[in-house]
Amino acid sequence: MNSTDPPSSDAPEGFDADGYWSANLKVLSVLLLIWFAVSFGASILGADALNGIKLPGTGFPLGFWFAQQGSIYTFVVLIFVYVFAMNRIDRRFGVSED
Amino acid sequence: MDVKTWTFLIVGVTFALYICIAIRSRAGSTRDFYVAGGGVPPLANGMATAADWMSAASFISMAGLISFKGYDGSVYLMGWTGGYVLLALLLAPYLRKFGRFTVPDFVGDRYASGTARLVAVVCAIFVSFTYVAGQMRGVGVVFGRFLEVPVEIGVVIGMAIVLLYAVLGGMKGITYTQVAQFCILIFAFMVPAVFLAIMMTGTPVPQLGFGGVLQGEIGDRIANGETISLLDKLNGLHAELGFAPYTSGSKAVIDIFCITMALMVGTAGLPHVIVRFYTVPRVKDARLSAGWALLFIAVLYTSAPAVAAFARTNLITAVEGAQYAAADPSGGDGVTTPDTKVLPDWFRNWEDTGLIAWIDKDGDGRVSYRAGAAFEGKLAFTTGPGDEAGRGSHGERLVSNAPTPGENELYIDKDIMVLANPEIAQLPNWVIALVAAGGLAAALSTAAGLLLVISTAVSHDLLKRTLVPTISERNELIAARIAATAAVVAAGYLGINPPGFVAEVVAFAFGLAASSFFPAIVLGIFSRRTNAAGAVSGMVTGIGFTAAYILYFKFVNPDANVEENWWFGISPEGIGSIGMALNFLVTTVVSRMTARPGDEVQALVSNIRIPAGAGAAHEH
Repeated sequence: MNSTDPPSSDAPEGFDADGYWSANLKVLSVLLLIWFAVSFGASILGADALNGIKLPGTGFPLGFWFAQQGSIYTFVVLIFVYVFAMNRIDRRFGVSED
Repeated sequence: MDVKTWTFLIVGVTFALYICIAIRSRAGSTRDFYVAGGGVPPLANGMATAADWMSAASFISMAGLISFKGYDGSVYLMGWTGGYVLLALLLAPYLRKFGRFTVPDFVGDRYASGTARLVAVVCAIFVSFTYVAGQMRGVGVVFGRFLEVPVEIGVVIGMAIVLLYAVLGGMKGITYTQVAQFCILIFAFMVPAVFLAIMMTGTPVPQLGFGGVLQGEIGDRIANGETISLLDKLNGLHAELGFAPYTSGSKAVIDIFCITMALMVGTAGLPHVIVRFYTVPRVKDARLSAGWALLFIAVLYTSAPAVAAFARTNLITAVEGAQYAAADPSGGDGVTTPDTKVLPDWFRNWEDTGLIAWIDKDGDGRVSYRAGAAFEGKLAFTTGPGDEAGRGSHGERLVSNAPTPGENELYIDKDIMVLANPEIAQLPNWVIALVAAGGLAAALSTAAGLLLVISTAVSHDLLKRTLVPTISERNELIAARIAATAAVVAAGYLGINPPGFVAEVVAFAFGLAASSFFPAIVLGIFSRRTNAAGAVSGMVTGIGFTAAYILYFKFVNPDANVEENWWFGISPEGIGSIGMALNFLVTTVVSRMTARPGDEVQALVSNIRIPAGAGAAHEH
């Protein structure tokens, strides 16, 4: 974003649009990195290597577990973390809907 | 009570429930009809989204597919859940803030272009229609199998129900029936899964039993005194019979990567899923309901692979080496030794429905289950289901297909894994009836969501926003209802007379959605520089490339559809991810070479990027 962009008509007085957007992008990058790491990383590219190890206490080869269980659990957690993080950012920048 | 009475009872009660909800939630305005008035609570929207998303294929076919593919089946599990992360983080909150009714609405307004809107409308209708035909077929099949009515009548009954609540209530009716349908389908899926987990691994939680040791009623028999984990046993059985190991893949890594990517991005780009996020009151509700939706979906998607492994282990140990009929039925002394292992009763029931078949190639009267096809071509029996005459020497139904040279004697349809589970685990009749009602709930909820997208595309995107902008609210609502009726009838026709390519095309709808909508929407939100010329050329290039690759390998030259001929070893199923990358590239390059979008569009982008004011945003 640069200073020539028209401001949002919904934004409060003195809203820091650049700060808000970069805080949002920071949250997105971290969460999408984890999203990529558990699915494409651990479950696909690294599956063969991880299959040599068993998930402790179970019969799951680790790569297989990530592909059929672990990645899905992680996805669910990622979205709820996102909800929590964005609600905080919204309040911090004064654009929360509450 | 027998299975049929139970099925009529349970299916009847669920249908009565859907009709009651339909009558209670009639739509009074186009806003009610398109987005349920924008007042759906996030938890309810999460359930509705989960039912909208989980189709007959998720409910009936997916566990079976994974059962036969093992690790390679993970592409569906990750692809169809990981897409929700993209949806929640990159699309849902911004589209909710935008606050109109449809995906083409966003594309048209963001790019201030009628052409972009029209391209999006065509993509939305095409994707939804290919998808919905499969659902109506699923309704017909469930009716045919469990209630013994002809498939055609089953489709007509399904159409009548959907018609009632989709046409009367629009999105409002659909949302609350989907909530009910989610509860029914998840209960129906979990009951047999829990019983199976107890019998195979001695724990009621399928996700834990999946990684556990074989024990319990069936598990003890399979383990035969050994302490061995289910997956180790399954891998051992696979090695014995010449199948690839269950827990590691046989497909190329690059292909697995590309298929997973295409399914994830395609999921995030499917219009009937996206539109659900327009129905909640606030932006924060859109984010939260994506979380609820994935949580509800994950219940089924983490149980399905467990069911797949249970069913696979049980199937192999039950049929391999078993006699079709007891060698000496009259003079048996009741002593069972490995030599007198006989096929279980469910085998014959499902042989009658045509989902399983056996050719006794070596003439020993025992089933040999090995890797590879048992016979050439599509299964064709020589006699009807119940016929006594014309059976093989052991009493099996004979097939007219030519046997293959391989040792395998068994044909198994993947759908049997979920449908036959209650029988395999010897569960009471009401559980079998419940599975039928669950399959119907899954098919009907998805069909209704898709039909709404089609009718909205016609009445809103095509009529109101393109052809007749002056149309009154009242007439637009009438048009929406007529379009919904026409769409139901067309879908029903496709369900009764399925064109041969439907099943093929549904699998590719994801690739097409991934290579068209997703980049246009994401760039529309995250890149101010992206303009109409870029978006239109990107969508056309992406979907054109993907469709051409699929058409070539699936229809023009199907014989060439082998790994050696694929570009970089990527199958037609995975090519959507390359199409998506091309779309991103073309959109970005063309946008840089043409003018920056004007102030009005920039103000729109500024607005959708913050949540505040979403309540007011839909007062257009």
